[in-house]
Amino acid sequence: MSVDKQPFKPLIAAFCCNWCSYAGADLAGTSRLAYPAEVKIIRVPCSCRVNPLFVLRAFQRGADGVIIAGCHPGDCHYTTGNYYARRRMTLLFSMLDYLGIEKERTKLDWISAAEGVKFATVMNDFSKEIHALGRNTRFGDLRCTTAVAQ
Amino acid sequence: MHNSSCTVKETARKILESGQAERLLGWEQDSSGYNHAPAVFKSAGELDRFIYDRFCGSNLSKLLARLREAEGRTAVLLKACDRESFNLLVREHRIDPEQVHRVDIECSGMVDIEKLRNKGIKGIREITESGDELHISTLYGEKRCRSEEVLLEKCLSCPAVSSADAFDAVGQMEERSSLERYEFWKEALSTCIRCNACRNSCPVCTCEQCIFDNPRSGTAGKASADFFEDQHFHLVRVFHAAGRCTDCGECTRVCPQGIPLYLLNRKVIKDINELYGELSLEDKELGKGALTSFSFQDAHPDIIRKRTGDQ
Repeated sequence: MSVDKQPFKPLIAAFCCNWCSYAGADLAGTSRLAYPAEVKIIRVPCSCRVNPLFVLRAFQRGADGVIIAGCHPGDCHYTTGNYYARRRMTLLFSMLDYLGIEKERTKLDWISAAEGVKFATVMNDFSKEIHALGRNTRFGDLRCTTAVAQ
Repeated sequence: MHNSSCTVKETARKILESGQAERLLGWEQDSSGYNHAPAVFKSAGELDRFIYDRFCGSNLSKLLARLREAEGRTAVLLKACDRESFNLLVREHRIDPEQVHRVDIECSGMVDIEKLRNKGIKGIREITESGDELHISTLYGEKRCRSEEVLLEKCLSCPAVSSADAFDAVGQMEERSSLERYEFWKEALSTCIRCNACRNSCPVCTCEQCIFDNPRSGTAGKASADFFEDQHFHLVRVFHAAGRCTDCGECTRVCPQGIPLYLLNRKVIKDINELYGELSLEDKELGKGALTSFSFQDAHPDIIRKRTGDQ
């Protein structure tokens, strides 16, 4: 199929907390800072709303990378949510790495509402990493892949 | 029959005769002689079926959670590895300690029948024990085997039985390259037949409704179409037990496919020990598990990326 000849366009799921990172993305937009269109933002109330299963689900649905962005430690709208997210995601990322899934495919970063520039930088850097890694062949779900992606 | 079996049976008899408990959770003699199942004994007379030998691997703590609604006290026999899961279930209010008569019993390690079979010992009729040796009467004659060679995986790192480090195998796995690990798990996990035995036997899995039973998930009661499904199943299972798993080794023991599931559970425990301090489940209030608490100094997940030895 001619589809294979097209350059690799990754799919990146970005879980952004409503109070900091999503506003940071807004600021990046209003500041006219460019970040790749392959980053699909999913708004969550808090970074600790991200159940480890959400990350697995994103990979299942064909994501090549998953990034979770939340408020800086100490700045959480719900006071302590991001501390829980930090532990949870450390263990999840470690487990994914242990199963042989490239550890560069997962990332967690803190982006505040005032950091539009950081948002664009983080997303650009992460997207570059995923481009360098290529398609995710080690973790997915054939039932969930679309005809185009195949 | 070795000595400890008689004393345990005697203890069980005393408990039931004196009425200290309405019922006793123990193990029932199986016709095969090596596949003893957990059973409830309601009177001393029923204890004829009772057995405690080197094939009583099953953890009785989980059944205790199921007997929570039963009236009267339940006596339970707990081996060292089962006590941890008992403590966890008490901490999570799955067991009412007031309703339980707890009997701690000694254990010198349980035997893995699969390891016996892998040594070429087949057609097993009866197994007796003397000292460190197992005398196995098979259809093809008498066989002998040192019991430490055929212990269950969980017993190999039990402080009461052996001095081996539980995390050695995990450390070795971590040292392999990412691709090697991927290939290893692909081979190991693709043998999964999704029998759910690991979940059913797990003392930590006490949810009344389980996501793996959801008929709308498209995965319940169905063999995997590809390796990814097994990967997801085991990741989800491990994560539901993360921070609560007591490494009782039930999942590995019951797995009909011999998948080394303990490598997954111990990885989580090892990470918790290294990053957040020794995982301990005893004498802790609810809400103080590794994943239900935090400290301001916790490491950022980027430390996983900074680990050496990739690709």
